[in-house]
Amino acid sequence: MSGSSHLSRRRWLGRALAAVLLAPALVAAAPPQRIVSLVPGLTESVCALGACARLVGVDRHSNWPPEAAALPRLGGLDDAQVERIAALNPDLVLAAPGARVVQRLQALGLKVVALHTRSHQDVRHNLLWLGQTLGDPDLGRKAWAAVETQMAAASQSVPAAMRGRSVYFEVEASPYAAGPDSFIGQTLVQLGLRNIVPVALGPFPKLSPEFVVRAQPDIVMAEARQMQDMPGRPGWASLTALQRQQVCAFPSADYEVLVRPGPRMGRAAQQLADCLARLAKDTR
Amino acid sequence: MSALAVRRRRLGFGLALCSLLLLSAGLVAGGEGWSLAELGDLLRGQDAWLIVGQIRAPRTLGAWLAGGLLGLAGALAQGLFRNPLADPFLLGSASGASLAVVAVLAAGTLGGYGLGHGVGLAAAAFMGALGGVLLTLALARGAQHTLRLLLAGVVVGVVLSGLSDLLTLAAPEALRGRQVFMLGSTGFLGWDGCLLLGTGLALLLPLAQRLSRLLDALVLGEDSARSLGLPLPQLQLLLVGLLAAATGLAVSQTGLVAFVGLAAPHLVRRIAPGPHGYLLAASAAAGAVLLLAADVAARTLIAPQELPVGVLTAIFGGAYLLWLLNRQRGA
Repeated sequence: MSGSSHLSRRRWLGRALAAVLLAPALVAAAPPQRIVSLVPGLTESVCALGACARLVGVDRHSNWPPEAAALPRLGGLDDAQVERIAALNPDLVLAAPGARVVQRLQALGLKVVALHTRSHQDVRHNLLWLGQTLGDPDLGRKAWAAVETQMAAASQSVPAAMRGRSVYFEVEASPYAAGPDSFIGQTLVQLGLRNIVPVALGPFPKLSPEFVVRAQPDIVMAEARQMQDMPGRPGWASLTALQRQQVCAFPSADYEVLVRPGPRMGRAAQQLADCLARLAKDTR
Repeated sequence: MSALAVRRRRLGFGLALCSLLLLSAGLVAGGEGWSLAELGDLLRGQDAWLIVGQIRAPRTLGAWLAGGLLGLAGALAQGLFRNPLADPFLLGSASGASLAVVAVLAAGTLGGYGLGHGVGLAAAAFMGALGGVLLTLALARGAQHTLRLLLAGVVVGVVLSGLSDLLTLAAPEALRGRQVFMLGSTGFLGWDGCLLLGTGLALLLPLAQRLSRLLDALVLGEDSARSLGLPLPQLQLLLVGLLAAATGLAVSQTGLVAFVGLAAPHLVRRIAPGPHGYLLAASAAAGAVLLLAADVAARTLIAPQELPVGVLTAIFGGAYLLWLLNRQRGA
């Protein structure tokens, strides 16, 4: 008798202990309701999963979708405003690895998750992780499936004549290019294009202007403003792609979609494919 | 009491008063700008401890302490080099710290991911600053030839900056972090940082003041200092060590805040000059007031946005110094 009561007490104690130990885990597992995102691509990902309303603040570069753009701006990733972030009382802060703000906010007891947004794989991982964290893993899978479907459709719509053409995608006028390893480069490969930049140079290498001239890309892609200046660069007038107007000059709003690693990568692929289709028509 | 002593005392009172006012202002000035009513709401709310106790208070105190270290370092540098243009970043500490910070930021991209995670940016900046000064000392073969030391500092500065440029070419994503570090920022200061800065200032200021006789003697030239029987090479080395430690500590917590170290000793000398024992302490106080004032302004001028504090120290510090120089010339 006394043995069984002892046993039941022990069992009770065990349950109480388990409850105490599990309670924080259960609380932590509750989906976040007040999210701060300090990375534009992650802001877009949260919204793509239908959780835009759970965002309470974003960084100064997050400008899409319009609901997110209307939220309080909390500085940039590297000069984020710690006090305003803490005052918003977020239960999840999304940032990128290496930023000082990550350590500072963690020291204040906030939950900060630092995510890379460098490749298609990163974006896929982020969408799946966000889906799970926000409480519906299906949403993440669907969002990534939508990106993949759009990419496949874009790839299908590239005219056969354009496949295998070499391309130079300029990120900045110095000139920095998008290498095959970058998320932009990965999209270009998926569209059947060949990057003039070798993989070994890294995701966004700074090139010698001479390298571009000697590589003679079949197609040149850049923001419209930069494209205007290109023929004026020493020697660049000899680029046949510029002479024959085999160029994709994107207005800045479209260009922003191209250089943002997030759920709009599918749309970016379609923009690129549309340009390729136009070029194919022009050459005919 | 002589007229000069009265002016010194007035400056001391003024700096103490400014410090008190600004320290309180630092607690009131929030991310949304000035508002006493808002402060009342905040103090009654749940987040009072978090916002005021964990964020505003350490940031305010930290800016004051970091400014103090920079002012002290500036006075040490100008005394050591007998040159009013000397500033704390002269001996390669700035470029050393930037290089270390860029290396940590770039480590994520360049494969050595463990490095970026194992070493914090603050620790890296401190080691980088000390490393830069050590390199300068090695190149100048000690601290006894100030001209050689200055020249070596310039060379180290150029070479290390070149190296960080090279790193940012390989890892362009380190560029933003580097820029923020070079502009200086007081936004990430916590109590641990304050503890480091406070301990540093409490140790370095009395140590430096014990060397003030050497600095006073150096005003008359190295030969005169030597004729007083002072062991010059060792003491100069010690001064460089103090300078490097003060600069490295400040830089590790707030980045390369411009102009505070250069302007603080100037302000003190213009308003009430004196021997180095006094000058070192007064410059530290002036630097503290200058950086804290800039920090409060940075938080509130375009609230709810925030300005980089280094931009304000450069603009306001520079403008004030110019005004002071002109006023003195007119008088």
